[in-house]
Amino acid sequence: MAIDLRQESSTGFQVRLQQFEGPLDLLLHLIREQELDIYDIPIAQVTDQYLLYLQRMEELDLDIAGEFLVMAATLIELKSRMLLPRPPSPPEEEGPDPRAELVERLLEYEKYREVAALLRDQEETCRLLYSRTVEVDPEELPPVPSGTVTTADLLAALKRVLERAEVEKEPAAVIPRRRITLRLKMGEILRRLKESGGRLSFHDLFSSERTRTEVVVAFLALLELLRQRKVDAQQERCLGEIIIFEPAGETVTLEAVSP
Amino acid sequence: MTSDGGSLSLDDIRRGVECLLFVSPTPLTAREMALALEVDEALVERAARELVSRDPSQSGLMVREVAGGFQMATRPDYAVAVARFVGKRAQKLSRAALECLAIIAYNQPCTLPEVDAIRGVDSSGVAKSLLDKGLIRELGRKDAPGRPVLYGTTEEFLVYFGLKSLDDLPDQAVLEQMVSERAQAVLEETEDASVEDARRMVEQVFPPDEQDPEDGAQADAGEPLQSL
Repeated sequence: MAIDLRQESSTGFQVRLQQFEGPLDLLLHLIREQELDIYDIPIAQVTDQYLLYLQRMEELDLDIAGEFLVMAATLIELKSRMLLPRPPSPPEEEGPDPRAELVERLLEYEKYREVAALLRDQEETCRLLYSRTVEVDPEELPPVPSGTVTTADLLAALKRVLERAEVEKEPAAVIPRRRITLRLKMGEILRRLKESGGRLSFHDLFSSERTRTEVVVAFLALLELLRQRKVDAQQERCLGEIIIFEPAGETVTLEAVSP
Repeated sequence: MTSDGGSLSLDDIRRGVECLLFVSPTPLTAREMALALEVDEALVERAARELVSRDPSQSGLMVREVAGGFQMATRPDYAVAVARFVGKRAQKLSRAALECLAIIAYNQPCTLPEVDAIRGVDSSGVAKSLLDKGLIRELGRKDAPGRPVLYGTTEEFLVYFGLKSLDDLPDQAVLEQMVSERAQAVLEETEDASVEDARRMVEQVFPPDEQDPEDGAQADAGEPLQSL
């Protein structure tokens, strides 16, 4: 069976279940493993094994994707149709094999599985070759024209702040918890922007935020300010620092920030 | 016909091609290089082919034909050193991603429901990551209920897998043959296996002479002779 139980030193049991890409993948595996003739599948045998596999998955508390259940139903239906006596009909006029459709699907899928294996080989070969990549020194990157900071850029920058700033863990017990509201934070950002002469880098903006919550609220406040066009954001070059500043005139530099 | 390159010899053109391939981050077509070198495209093509088939001992670099053009790359023999220098490469594609790509490559333009039908599972997550990697792209929408998005493979797909064009992939007839041969091979293997089983049984009853008596005892206890 494709289930492999092995004991791990400290974490107790670690269960490895061969990963199947879907019900067709599992069926093909069963057929190949048992060395069965795909053109003449013993449906009863395969159905039992398929169900046994699903049962193992259930025992291991794994979520069984809906597709696996649909296939189980198909197999059971096929099995019962194979078992039912067929209405007597002239031998030369036998109806289509109920398994034909399934076999066709399996063969069709297997074709692409072969191609996938071929692509895997090509990938392996090509991974040994290195070509010049498009990545260049950030210093050499052309300046980004105003108006091209997107929400995605801001999110990427936030991620860097969260990673870099080694944000303090929130203490286990807090006596009077300081309430951080969006409104307060927005006011604070505007005040700090004014204090620093109308320009503040994204990184500096978050330098005083001590906890994860504070960083997140400050980020939401910044998004809200951008949405209301009370501040603007600009990035000098790709991967460069994002600068937050008070809008001058009617320059609109940020794409509409969706909530 | 454009100019034949005037005084430029084929050697000159080949060196020029080498320069262009050296600076370019993407594969270059003979046409693109011909424009830069101001020589005939056919000559550029010939010069580039000479570089492709150049004696491997001449350089650590090689020129490969890919995605309808030519690209310079390091030779595989030096992959370990280069990897040590430039660091980890992106993760290999998952099997699901490869299957999805295979289906799109052969059926493009095709929709995700069509991919799902063949794979028997939902492919939307996989497709999204392939889009992000630039290996597939949207080609429009199908004139069908729900107007599903049509997908196709990109030039990056060809570069990633080192294919000159989609024609490098085996055609449907070859694939069908591959699959039926495999089914056949499994059956033959089954026959081989039964012969093998028979041989084992015979050997269990009549252990070969060189067999260590202790091993022989084990075999009598019902263990197959694994040393054979």
